[in-house]
Amino acid sequence: MIFEWLHPFLIVTALVLMVIGAVRRVNLWRAGQSDQIDLIAGLMAMPGRYLHDLHDIVERDKYMSKTHAATGGGFVLSAVLIILVHLLGIDSQILAWALMASLALMFVGALFVFKRRLNPPSRISKGPWMRLPKSLLAFACAFFVLTLPAAGVLPEGTGGVLLTLVLTGLIIWGMGELFFGMTWGGPMKHAFAGALHLAFHRRQDRFGAGRSTGLKPVDLSLAHEVGGVLGVAKPTDFKWNQLLGFDACVQCGKCEAVCPAFAAGQPLNPKKLIQDMVVGLAGGTDANYAGSAYPGKDVGNAKGGPNQIITEGLLDPETLWSCTTCRACVEECPMMIEHVDAIVDMRRYLTMEKGQTPNKGAEVLDNIIATDNPNGYAPASRTNWAADQNLPLMRDVKEAEVLFWVSDGAFDMRSQRILRAFVKLMKAANVDFAVLGDEELDCGDVARRLGDDATFQSLATRNLAVLSQYKFSKIVTTDPHAYHCLRNEYNDFGSDALNGVEVLHHTSFLNELVQQGSLKLNSFSGGKVTYHDPCYLGRYNGEYEAPRELLRSMGIEIAEMERSGFRSRCCGGGGGAPVTDIPGERRIADMRMEDVNSTGAELVAVGCQQCTAMLEGVVEPRPQVKDIAEILVDQLAEELH
Amino acid sequence: MQPKQSIAATGNNLKIVSLISVGKHPQSGRVRRADQDSRAVELGMKLLDSGNPTGGDSLVVLHAGDPKEPGLRGYAGMGLNSVQVLELDPAADAVAPLGEYLQQFAPDIVLTGVRAEGGESSGMVPYQLAEKLGWPIVPRVADIISVEAGVAEVLQALPRGQRRSLKIRLPFIASIDSAAQDARQSAYGPASRAMMDIEIVDSSTDQLRENWSEAPAKKRPKRLKVIKAKTAAERFKAATAKSQSEGGKVMQNESAAEQAQAIFDLLLEEGVLR
Ligand code: SF4
Ligand code: SF4
Repeated sequence: MIFEWLHPFLIVTALVLMVIGAVRRVNLWRAGQSDQIDLIAGLMAMPGRYLHDLHDIVERDKYMSKTHAATGGGFVLSAVLIILVHLLGIDSQILAWALMASLALMFVGALFVFKRRLNPPSRISKGPWMRLPKSLLAFACAFFVLTLPAAGVLPEGTGGVLLTLVLTGLIIWGMGELFFGMTWGGPMKHAFAGALHLAFHRRQDRFGAGRSTGLKPVDLSLAHEVGGVLGVAKPTDFKWNQLLGFDACVQCGKCEAVCPAFAAGQPLNPKKLIQDMVVGLAGGTDANYAGSAYPGKDVGNAKGGPNQIITEGLLDPETLWSCTTCRACVEECPMMIEHVDAIVDMRRYLTMEKGQTPNKGAEVLDNIIATDNPNGYAPASRTNWAADQNLPLMRDVKEAEVLFWVSDGAFDMRSQRILRAFVKLMKAANVDFAVLGDEELDCGDVARRLGDDATFQSLATRNLAVLSQYKFSKIVTTDPHAYHCLRNEYNDFGSDALNGVEVLHHTSFLNELVQQGSLKLNSFSGGKVTYHDPCYLGRYNGEYEAPRELLRSMGIEIAEMERSGFRSRCCGGGGGAPVTDIPGERRIADMRMEDVNSTGAELVAVGCQQCTAMLEGVVEPRPQVKDIAEILVDQLAEELH
Repeated sequence: MQPKQSIAATGNNLKIVSLISVGKHPQSGRVRRADQDSRAVELGMKLLDSGNPTGGDSLVVLHAGDPKEPGLRGYAGMGLNSVQVLELDPAADAVAPLGEYLQQFAPDIVLTGVRAEGGESSGMVPYQLAEKLGWPIVPRVADIISVEAGVAEVLQALPRGQRRSLKIRLPFIASIDSAAQDARQSAYGPASRAMMDIEIVDSSTDQLRENWSEAPAKKRPKRLKVIKAKTAAERFKAATAKSQSEGGKVMQNESAAEQAQAIFDLLLEEGVLR
């Protein structure tokens, strides 16, 4: 082959450009705020996280997981061997054969990528991504041929000028995509950013079967600083590792496919949102975005830069307020990107700095601030619902086995039916319990999701102060939102009120009672039943089994919906979405009811008063909606005395 | 919007003052920004926004009392850079120092709530200030439509959503009705960051008030109405209508002396004057 020097020279050039690109990209991320991350430990843990945590998610799509293993694995191995064989010129037939084998593996993988892209689903981005499989094929072919002489298959110097030119062309193309493009913003950027994102992820405790879903508190001292900003106004207000996370997106659209707001035609698409964040951190416009738009909005008008206010040009605030914080996107994302945190970070700025919580948002927040409940009821009327229940108050008894956290359901007539049912069950099982009565406050969930972290923190610290006065070993609540706050978000406030306390959702607790035999149930005979997983119980807290076991203990065979368990579709009630009420084409609750209907169920069991309210808000005729506590109470076997 | 043009066109360097007090939430009794006062601030901000874009107009949000009072932060969170506070004992009489301040500052429009949400809640402050300054007072204002050539066009709120349009020469005091535009959301960041411009003023303790004891206000009992409605529409009207005073007469063309005499007679008749 002629031009002996040419190909090593090209490889060096590509690698040097790649390093320059990497430095530039890293500097874009470093423009973000500092975050306490152990860099070394993160890097060490990264391969493990790739093989377990990330792979577990990719594995849900068998086709893609195999394809990616072949392509990605083949490429990484090939890249190392190319450097050894073609750059360092190590003359070893074994290495050359190994390189050809790994290139062949990569080639086969790329063929499958190619095949998937022949008729791509709408969730996948097109544009440069359509080029990627061809680039992969070019890369694999070119180096395969280039390696033939080294492997001794062809004599050195085979081929004329023409072959050399063709090969050179392919090599430039392949390396341009795979080395240069990796750090200069091409589709392969995902490999570079993705690996580092796994290492320096903002939620380190997400890995190794962890479940980190609680939002991080805002540093409120910024409120007293001149020039301080609460929440995220500009891309550089994100933590640097959040910016890095955005860059890891592969535009697979798995998030888009499960997003209830997108399906409802509200102006939100989590994939586009993440891509807009990338536009923001790098500066520019979204003109090159080749995926689905925010419903009802055109692509191409968004402009942003690292130091420009996001909601002035890059994002419409309505996009942020459409999210129900259901975490379906986070659950599906193969790159483990944290959409919800980013959305709430930006909402924090809108609420705490701009005072722009839409629709009823401002009123609800004002009510929570003034009365500790979202509807502005007199705080002293919190226990009115239980006037006939004779509930022991913590203030009187000081100590109980179980603290029943009543939640704001206390003010709502429909929710009170659930509360009564649960109290009856506890009484039937002779549980030693007490309530806080008027000392209980709103848990802060809605305030926090609406971006008012100041109010959340105020509620949390006051609730913790009350809790710390009493002794109990369990807190049980019928409200998954309160459950999530108490269990995962109250830990950040330096209180030991919940140390050693088990926080339980009522379905987990009732399930314990039933399994212990403390509750005797008759079998259920009311027709077909399905179960709707509340987001804050399932995806946020991993409790999928207890409610199902409870239903089964009444002899119910659950007719599962297609989207159930970790794939459950939101009812539309989370994240303050019913309060901000961003218009779409359909209502999320209606779509969920269609899911229910397609199982043919006559009754949908839920474990959340918010879900109950949302699903019951669907016009009749529709299946009945009941909390599991209500179903149980009807099946309670009366003891004969 | 109409006010935008009319106010902008004249560029009248308007000086607006919104008076604020510490509010009390009706259900929880917790300190907050008072509802009507925050509408007064909102209206002040609206006049400012719609005014001369090159500036010239100014809004001072003024409180007499304790500058550390957290209730004031709720107003600041509407986006104010500062709140002017005349520091005095909250129990002291605020009218005298407010009057002096206003006399010196000489604003064009003073906006207040109709009545405070705590304390005496007599609704007298705007009247006393008007008396002290010798300015007209327009009670229960819903909106200020325009200010042109020293004259403001004001909408007064009447029962059942009715409005009365008035033209008032500057300067004047307006008390803002609950029918005025809702106050914008108060945001935590600006609320915490705003400056309190403090001026310590002399004040005299309200001697009379010292001996009073405070109790939550109760709604006055209503006179029972005998409803003789025959149709649903009449019943609805009877149930929703605010009782309008009956009797009385409108005296428009009589001389001032005659009008005064009529009022005097009425007060005697009602036993207000003896
Ligand atoms: S955010 Fe995650 S799920 Fe969504 S497109 Fe990007 S990589 Fe895929
Ligand atoms: S949390 Fe739910 S609603 Fe929000 S972007 Fe993700 S999938 Fe959509």
